[in-house]
Amino acid sequence: MPKSQTRPSAGIEDLLESPEFHALTARKNRVSLILTLAILAVYFGFIFLIAFRKDLVGAYLADNVTWGIPMGIGVIASAWVLTGIYVVWANSKYDVMVEDLRRKWGK
Amino acid sequence: MMGPSIPAAHTVIGQSNPVAIGFFLAFVLLTLGITYWAAKRTRTTKEFYAAGRSVTGFQNGLALAGDFMSAASFLGIAGLVSLKGYDGLIYSVGWLVGWPVVLFLIAEPLRNLGKYTFADVVAYRLSPRPVRTASSLGAIVTVLFYLIAQMVGAGTLVKLLFGLPYELAVVAVGALMIAYVLFGGMLATTWVQIIKAVLLLGGATALVVMVLARFHFSYNALFGAAIAKYGTGFMQPGGLVSNPLEAISLGLALMFGTAGLPHILMRFYTVPNAKEARKSVFYATGFIGYFYILTFTIGFGAAVLVGKELILGIDKGGNMAAPLLAEVLGGNVFLGFLSAVAFATILAVVAGLTLAGASALSHDIYVGVIKRGASSEKDEVKVARGATIALGVLAILLGILFKGQNVAFMVGLAFAIAASANFPCLLLAIFWKRFTTKGAVAGILTGLFLAMVLILLSPTVWVDIFHKPAALFPLKNPGLFSMAGGFLAAVVFSMLGREKRAEEGFAEQKLRSYVGVGAE
Repeated sequence: MPKSQTRPSAGIEDLLESPEFHALTARKNRVSLILTLAILAVYFGFIFLIAFRKDLVGAYLADNVTWGIPMGIGVIASAWVLTGIYVVWANSKYDVMVEDLRRKWGK
Repeated sequence: MMGPSIPAAHTVIGQSNPVAIGFFLAFVLLTLGITYWAAKRTRTTKEFYAAGRSVTGFQNGLALAGDFMSAASFLGIAGLVSLKGYDGLIYSVGWLVGWPVVLFLIAEPLRNLGKYTFADVVAYRLSPRPVRTASSLGAIVTVLFYLIAQMVGAGTLVKLLFGLPYELAVVAVGALMIAYVLFGGMLATTWVQIIKAVLLLGGATALVVMVLARFHFSYNALFGAAIAKYGTGFMQPGGLVSNPLEAISLGLALMFGTAGLPHILMRFYTVPNAKEARKSVFYATGFIGYFYILTFTIGFGAAVLVGKELILGIDKGGNMAAPLLAEVLGGNVFLGFLSAVAFATILAVVAGLTLAGASALSHDIYVGVIKRGASSEKDEVKVARGATIALGVLAILLGILFKGQNVAFMVGLAFAIAASANFPCLLLAIFWKRFTTKGAVAGILTGLFLAMVLILLSPTVWVDIFHKPAALFPLKNPGLFSMAGGFLAAVVFSMLGREKRAEEGFAEQKLRSYVGVGAE
């Protein structure tokens, strides 16, 4: 930041202290954290299954298809679903909270 | 690499291929036309680095996918699946899972806080000169390793697919890439990337349809044919994940490295706002996931319809599995098309890398460090163009210097550095109030140093390249330790002293990061 910048006006400080802003950042952080842990769990769960339960992953599910196939495709699908959940949440909930905040504080 | 022992009766690969060259020339003409169009719209820094922020979320999704779907992943993963069966799928899945992380943690704050490079975000509250110096070092080293791998891949590939000499291929790739970036900046680079992504996805889809048509559109029948040829083990996990620690280390590097790749991060500045940045990751994840499913199918198709023997006979890394399959199913014309797409893929990826490297040199080092932030728009673009030429020439020289060397580890190393040097400090700069200048510099240098030294001592370099009997560091990818080291150093050095200005600036940064107030 250049030094010439003015100190934040009282309005901004009130906004930063406001319960709405706290709720906004807390909610966003919670969603981000939960979804990040979810994709970590899915991927490393898959890796651990392969490392420790090869018999399970390699078991034949139908004629020529092992359980490993739906598991692997499942990891890819989870990436789609989790990013989808985030985008739907952000477009429908988060953006609305941001809009409300901006309107209320005239930003 | 290639000897006179090519079984010419089976394939034209390795010989001069006029169809492939024709398709490739068509691609070159089209992209140079776009570059000409883009050049007229590339004058300011915002246009040169960020395409005037005019790219839509969907377009950027394709361009991000284009940046990520390198020829190495297309040819390499299809080859791995064709030789190792199910293990290839395990490997490919790891490349996708970094994308959700980019979306959940990085994309929107990065877009809101920065201007052109990820160093903008790291340096947001901290002392700009030391932080930009360290961040751009991390960016440039990441870009260089990635670039060497791509250039050497380009030379080898083009020699095989087009029958052109290695050096000519490297120079051609370098010269074209310089032309795109130098004249057309980010706008041309983005459209080259989009066209290539569409061609690659389209070509791979066509190949998969042709494969499945041979098996009545039944994966069960395809897998059945693979089992008949190679046994039931082909559908089961083999030796790839034999050491869980190894798998975790590679997994972490892939997962968090994606969120630290400068050429990927830079793409988020090409869209108008955080919402479009968010959407673009969703599309990119969709395209890349779909692409890996295609690649996996192509690998199985090649295993059955081409056979391991011929694949290994052409290239012992298996890289020619997909082109060989294209030849079997679609003849010389389809082989030519797919070869041209593979070449275009390399070209687009190196253009993105060079632009990212050049912006670190011009925006961070020249303007941020040398000029202390005070430079005219005109000067900055001029320096950025100069840096593009310098990096392009360097890429050509490195490509020729590393001819015939085993550089496959360099992409893994680039991901490890991105995960260990770039990602931790980016994350802490966004989310941690107490993060300091010393913490950032220490974190970046530690992550960078550990990733490089540990890979040097690892089986990948110490044993495979230096031919020493035993590795001094046991894991092939150092991600787990170097990333932990990067985080640890960043946190410890931040805790050692307080930085008042950085803490005071955090509230305002939060407002911009979460709400977008003041975002450019």
